[in-house]
Amino acid sequence: MPLDHAQASAVFVARGLAKVYRMGEVEVQALRGIDLTLYRGELVVLLGASGSGKSTLLNILGGLDAPSGGEVYYLDHKLTGASEAELTRFRREHVGFVFQFYNLIPSLTARENVAAVTEIATSPMRPEDALALVGLGKRLDHFPAQLSGGEQQRVAIARAVAKNPAVLLCDEPTGALDSATGVVVLEVLEKVNRELGTLTVLITHNAGIADMADRVIRLSDGRIAEIRANAARKAARELSW
Amino acid sequence: MKALDRKLFRDLWHLRGQVLAIAAVIMGGVATMAMSLSTYDSLVATRDRFYAEYRFADVFESLKRAPEPVAERIAAIPGVERMETRVKAGVKLEVAGFSDPITGQLLSLPDVGAAQLNRLHLKRGRSVQPWSADEAVLSDTFADAHGLQPGDTLAAIINGKRKRLTVVGVAVSPEYVYQIAPGAMFPDFKRYGVLWMGRSALAAAYDMEGAFNQVSLTLARDAREQDVIDRVDAILADYGGTGAYGRKDQFSNRFLREELKQLRTMAVVFPAIFLGVAAFLLNVVLSRLIALQRDQIAILKAFGYGYAAIGGHFVKLVLMMAVLGVAAGVALGAWFGQGLSHVYTETTFRFPYLDYRLDAGVILIALGISCLAAVSGTLLSVVRAVRLPPAEGMRPEMPVAYRTSLVERIGLARWLAAPTRMVLRHIGRYPLKSLLTVLGIACACGLMMVGNYQRGAIDFMVDVQFRQASREDLGLTFIEPTSGRALHELAALPGVDFVEGFRDVPAILRFGQYRHRGAVFGIQPEGQLHRSLDRSLQPVAVPPGGVVLTDHLANAILHVKPGDLLTVEILEGSRPVRQVPVLGITKQYLGVSAYMQQDSLNALMREGGTVSGAYLAVRPGSEAELYAKLHERPRVLGMVANRAAIQSFYATIGEFILFYNLVATLLAGAIGFGVVYNSARIGLSERGRELASLRVLGFTRGEIAYILLGELALLTLAAIPAGFVVGIGLVGILVVAFQSELYRLPLILTPENYAMGASVVVVSALLSGLLLWHRLGRLDLVAVLKTRE
Repeated sequence: MPLDHAQASAVFVARGLAKVYRMGEVEVQALRGIDLTLYRGELVVLLGASGSGKSTLLNILGGLDAPSGGEVYYLDHKLTGASEAELTRFRREHVGFVFQFYNLIPSLTARENVAAVTEIATSPMRPEDALALVGLGKRLDHFPAQLSGGEQQRVAIARAVAKNPAVLLCDEPTGALDSATGVVVLEVLEKVNRELGTLTVLITHNAGIADMADRVIRLSDGRIAEIRANAARKAARELSW
Repeated sequence: MKALDRKLFRDLWHLRGQVLAIAAVIMGGVATMAMSLSTYDSLVATRDRFYAEYRFADVFESLKRAPEPVAERIAAIPGVERMETRVKAGVKLEVAGFSDPITGQLLSLPDVGAAQLNRLHLKRGRSVQPWSADEAVLSDTFADAHGLQPGDTLAAIINGKRKRLTVVGVAVSPEYVYQIAPGAMFPDFKRYGVLWMGRSALAAAYDMEGAFNQVSLTLARDAREQDVIDRVDAILADYGGTGAYGRKDQFSNRFLREELKQLRTMAVVFPAIFLGVAAFLLNVVLSRLIALQRDQIAILKAFGYGYAAIGGHFVKLVLMMAVLGVAAGVALGAWFGQGLSHVYTETTFRFPYLDYRLDAGVILIALGISCLAAVSGTLLSVVRAVRLPPAEGMRPEMPVAYRTSLVERIGLARWLAAPTRMVLRHIGRYPLKSLLTVLGIACACGLMMVGNYQRGAIDFMVDVQFRQASREDLGLTFIEPTSGRALHELAALPGVDFVEGFRDVPAILRFGQYRHRGAVFGIQPEGQLHRSLDRSLQPVAVPPGGVVLTDHLANAILHVKPGDLLTVEILEGSRPVRQVPVLGITKQYLGVSAYMQQDSLNALMREGGTVSGAYLAVRPGSEAELYAKLHERPRVLGMVANRAAIQSFYATIGEFILFYNLVATLLAGAIGFGVVYNSARIGLSERGRELASLRVLGFTRGEIAYILLGELALLTLAAIPAGFVVGIGLVGILVVAFQSELYRLPLILTPENYAMGASVVVVSALLSGLLLWHRLGRLDLVAVLKTRE
């Protein structure tokens, strides 16, 4: 069921977001005026070709990059103009990241990779619980080198959600995985979104994944080309590509 | 320019921080080598030119007195090329405004014309006028020490008679390149001077008219030195000759040779250490650097570049770094070398000029060693990288398999937070790499200790020599051996607390094929002032009836041990030859000596209680009065005041020490920083992605810095004690390599040495940490989300 936006509270509000990169002599307009509101508990898929600006948008939402114009609010905090230290605290307390290439710390076990984040969070879950949530309750003490790609990505998801973030930002989380393993990872994201009610933003250029979202936002040339609300979310296990 | 070469320059620019650090390491090694070898070459070349141009004699002999016609017999010896007789007198000097005792050596110049041998190089003024009665030329050291200029006057007590002399010139002589008063431990330019005056004037003052008491000669090209020495000896034996000797026993030349030998040792030992360490570091750093270029190598291979092209590319890359380092090292070394050569000629060796030279061979050797080290360090990594199939090379490396660290396995795990575990596991995962880093840093620490070791060692040597062995305030020698009754007169002088007589006799000591020309010292068995020390530096009585030798003299020069019979050829009086048993070994860092009980030596000489001089303990405050009284005594010739000698010694070597400390600090600092920075910088390359990921996850810059710099700090901390061990080892090598007749360095490391060694490491680490902190602030967090590696 699509959420009733009027009743759900807004997590991110972006107004007139623009981003210009200077690449030497050339200016690249990555974002050209994005107006967007993201709500608690929804699962949003950002679709678009490469260069459409979806990663730039995600980075700005995650406090990794600053826009050249416009404003972003996280709840009642203004992210635009925040200091480096404030952005670090924002990421630390409120944002969970999942990367395409997992980015686990090879010298830490699954449990410790999660603990590395929970140790610095304000009200985290236990690392063991986070790993149980992604179905890795039995592989707690394995090092990344001892885990498959799909398992590594699930550890990464456990690491992202263990701090009980308000938002989970996933940049091509299945990009490095085969489709069967990818589905397992999406099932985990779906479960987290459902059970914890975490706003989940998922970047992909794979239109097949869009069916599991509450809303699909299509970007093109730095603008929002289309926002589509799915009447019914498809379960991740039913997806294929 | 080919694309690959363009990549080469881009890479060099991109890696500029590391390139500079690596070049700095090479520079350190090469600079030491260029400095030492060029200084050595320059001093040897200068010496040889000076000796040749100013006709330094080959054979010398002093005697009591011989009528001038005897000279013709010497000139007629086959193999003698040029011969010259002189009058030589030990004198006391008086310079206005200076109350300490001054000893001098007065030598005659021909009344007409230039000297045949041992010519003077006039730095200022002129030589003495023919037949002048009161003109003198001064050695430049003495003139400079007192600020004496042509036109000034001074007084000389010649044979008890006071003579006023006018300075007309200031000169340098090949005979006195190294100037040290007989019996003194160090040069003291204020209290010892060499003077030259006209022959007839000196002969008149010294009762040598129509006679001579010193002869020098040069040898014909095909002459055998020993044959000539024997013939000269035979002629002069009847005239109180004290034994002819060649250049190798000539005082100044002997010191010069010993000093040059040490410099030569230094020119080999120091650069070997520095360049060895540099090569080792280069190897470590470069192999890690190349390992990081793995994906690039794969891409080049995918393009179809062959092994040779790729290998050549990386070899060129490291050769550029090596060449940069060698060029900087040679430039710095040449600069240091000129500085050091000048320090030598200002403080120790008096040459009229300095032929500074930097041999092309030195540069080639440095270049060869550095390039070899660089290339060998690179090749292994390149070969490893080139062997990979391109596709595999481009794929990210599998996550490296880690395991729990030892610290955790012994049960400390629960007290360690994740970042600390990362640090420990990373070290444990790459034990060899960690070990090499520790060793590299330790080497820098050790080198710093070596560079700063001398000061403490010299303090120790001086302390042992002057507070344990030679405790007298004043040592004085009589004009000739005197009855022991003279000591009572000395004891009665104002300010004299204690008097101890000694007898010293010039002698050649022989054992088998080994010989040493020096003296036998007769001292008091239970002496309070002059004492012989045992191995543990405790005073020990000299037993009667035999000699006790300085350890170096016994072990390294004469190869005798206690119980052996030593042949002693006395070079005084009737020149008896005696067999004397070696009774013991004494520890001494400065010079070498053979000690006997004075009574035993008197017995050996078949004389009564004769003394050559005395050691005095002087009541503080009464020195000036005592010096004046002693100065008046015609039979008192030379005086050496210990405290003044030590002070002048420190003044002389101060410049040396300063120079060495500067060089050592600079070089060890360069090496230390080179290693630490490179280790850390490579660590950052290897783990940048990991650290950036953590930043994205909300870790602060401080928290990720802890992971990177924590490892660096841990390795640095481990390197400090290891560095102490390296330092002790290197100093040990130095001590062994530097043993000479002049001095033996003690293996003494002061707390300051350790502190300096540790501080070079800590400062390097802090500096590297600071640079990395800056870099961590510029980590590209966005790229981490997208890129694999």
